Amino acid sequence: MSDLEMAATTELGTHAADTPPAGATPPPKTRSLAADAWYDLRRNWIFWVAAALVVLVILMAVVPGLFSGADPTACNTRRQFAGPSGGAILGYDFQGCDVFSRTVHGARASVLVGLFAVLLTGVIGLVFGMLAGYFGGWLDALLSRVVDVVLGIPLLLAAIVLSKRLAADRQGSGIATVVIVLGILGWTTAARVMRSSVLTARSQDYVAAARMLGAGPLRIMWRHILPNALAPFIVVLTITLGTFIATEATLSFLNIGLRPPAISWGIDIATAGKHVREAAMPLIAPSLFLTLTVLAFIMLGDAIRDAFDPKLRR
Amino acid sequence: MTYQYPSHGQGQGYGQGSGQGQSYGHGYPDSPTAPVVAGWNDDRTGWDTPTAAWSTPPTRARVERPRSGEHLLDVRDLWIEFATRDGVARVVNGVSFHVDPGETLAILGESGSGKSVTAQAVLGILDTPPAVVRSGQALFSGEDLLTMTPERRRQVRGQEIAMVFQDALSALNPVYPVGWQITEALRSRRGVSKAEARRRAVEMMDLVQIPAAAQRIDDYPHQFSGGMRQRVMIAMALAMRPKVLIADEPTTALDVTVQAQIMDLLATLRAELEMALILITHDLGVVADVADRITVMYAGRVVEHADVHTLYGAPAHPYTRGLLASVPRLERRGQGLHSISGTPPNPVAIPAGCAFHPRCPYAQQMCRMTEPTLLRIGRLDRASACHFPPEALDARHA
Repeated sequence: MSDLEMAATTELGTHAADTPPAGATPPPKTRSLAADAWYDLRRNWIFWVAAALVVLVILMAVVPGLFSGADPTACNTRRQFAGPSGGAILGYDFQGCDVFSRTVHGARASVLVGLFAVLLTGVIGLVFGMLAGYFGGWLDALLSRVVDVVLGIPLLLAAIVLSKRLAADRQGSGIATVVIVLGILGWTTAARVMRSSVLTARSQDYVAAARMLGAGPLRIMWRHILPNALAPFIVVLTITLGTFIATEATLSFLNIGLRPPAISWGIDIATAGKHVREAAMPLIAPSLFLTLTVLAFIMLGDAIRDAFDPKLRR
Repeated sequence: MTYQYPSHGQGQGYGQGSGQGQSYGHGYPDSPTAPVVAGWNDDRTGWDTPTAAWSTPPTRARVERPRSGEHLLDVRDLWIEFATRDGVARVVNGVSFHVDPGETLAILGESGSGKSVTAQAVLGILDTPPAVVRSGQALFSGEDLLTMTPERRRQVRGQEIAMVFQDALSALNPVYPVGWQITEALRSRRGVSKAEARRRAVEMMDLVQIPAAAQRIDDYPHQFSGGMRQRVMIAMALAMRPKVLIADEPTTALDVTVQAQIMDLLATLRAELEMALILITHDLGVVADVADRITVMYAGRVVEHADVHTLYGAPAHPYTRGLLASVPRLERRGQGLHSISGTPPNPVAIPAGCAFHPRCPYAQQMCRMTEPTLLRIGRLDRASACHFPPEALDARHA
């Protein structure tokens, strides 16, 4: 094919792309930002892998019986560190509990803690960051100092005090306590990232253009600044989700997080770590699931961020 | 590229019924030295045959308008300062201008001359602080924009006065399709339904001559070329049919060939929609064919205003003369390019006396001492803030 022919084909090709033949596609409806993002996500394999993992973990959290029929609390020290058998495919741990069953059942606590703590963090961080960044002035100064103060509080120390205080009022697994502790102490990074993105976005010409057309502060914040400031925020939140699940493990290990009747990856990792020389599987199984879960959420966050940026669309 | 100025006519249809022989000076004070800072009247001209083709400039015809004494937009003695670390920056110092429906006013000046700040103040999108509007009025249909309630202000914005920004890429929100953006205000403020908004978006895109509008309505700003993006910006500004359109350097970010098309489009739209157009620019070339009147700003002051023919044909102020001389011209081929020596003054430390004196080839002792007022020149519709009448400058130059 000669260069000329190539050029002609390219020309035709682009032209055809510009004006799709009538009848090939139904007249497109106005797509919202979310609909466009969804259209993009559907064609992203990373999204599907991440989504499958997330769905799997959530299924484990909701109906653990689907994956393992064994009772995770039916332990017998006579089976300590016993190898895999018909009933327990990953063997038994220090207490003689079924490792696979405990790992499956541990998803619930970890996922609940992670998701709810991140939700709380996200809401607080979004509101603080948006208000501080958009209005600026004394409000920004005030909110930024609050962030500094919270950031200055040592997490573990505050968690000990807070969980003792909160746990005195309630009996149970302690999931709510951990969520509140993590949420109250962990939102500062998200708020700071949000504030700086809002500061960048609010000085853009499109915000001035929206004001020029008479848009009010709420519309400007919600419709114009938020979509443009969301990407780094989402990334921070997905990373925070991972660290929260890990922090839950730390808190549980220190006996200020979830309490033993509850089953969590954090508790199991903490106990199994001490006996890793005797048996590795009780440590590997929950760690692997923890890693995969965190990875899945981070990948999901990445894919969502990219989908909301029209410039990265293919 | 050479620009052809209206005063150089050259058989392009200019000069018919323009400038010469009209009776100016209605209502002017008898004294030839009376300041005409506010309430400067004139006879307006307008396009009567809108056309999109650059090669055939529309003929100018005089349009008689009743003199009601009230202008559509009348900015009077506006003073704006910025509080900066180095001190108070006096950015706008007593600026006055006005526009009426169907007319184009060009505000000309270098960067930092206060022209964009003036426009932002009129529109109420100036960030205060750091900016402070010290005094002045911006009357829209007799209502002062600077003192009205924020709620009323928001009503006026977009619906009555709208603005086209310099860089359309940054003025369009990157995450929304252009059709969504063009009609956002219609949907949120006029309650237009989604289907209706879609129809209107196509209509607006057709109006600003974007080809295949119906197919491109869901495209994002970055998928458009610079000129098309500026057209989208114009469509967005015009969606609510404002009476005044302020275009802040609308062609600065564009290629020279596209500049002409955008200017032409603005002129056509102004005529079709019978609106007042304020063109803010630093480029003498782009406004020559479009503007009816020109206000020249320097260091936050109006130094000269005149109708376009007079200004290009017989500039009165030394600054305007310098600007005109520095435009490259084909007939001066081979000669060096002229430039105005020196740099624009720092708004924190504007020179005493005439702000232009350090750069002015005609400067005398009095220019360093006394600030000249904007004075009407002769019987023509023009005014200049220079101690010396144009004839005196001509004599010095010769």
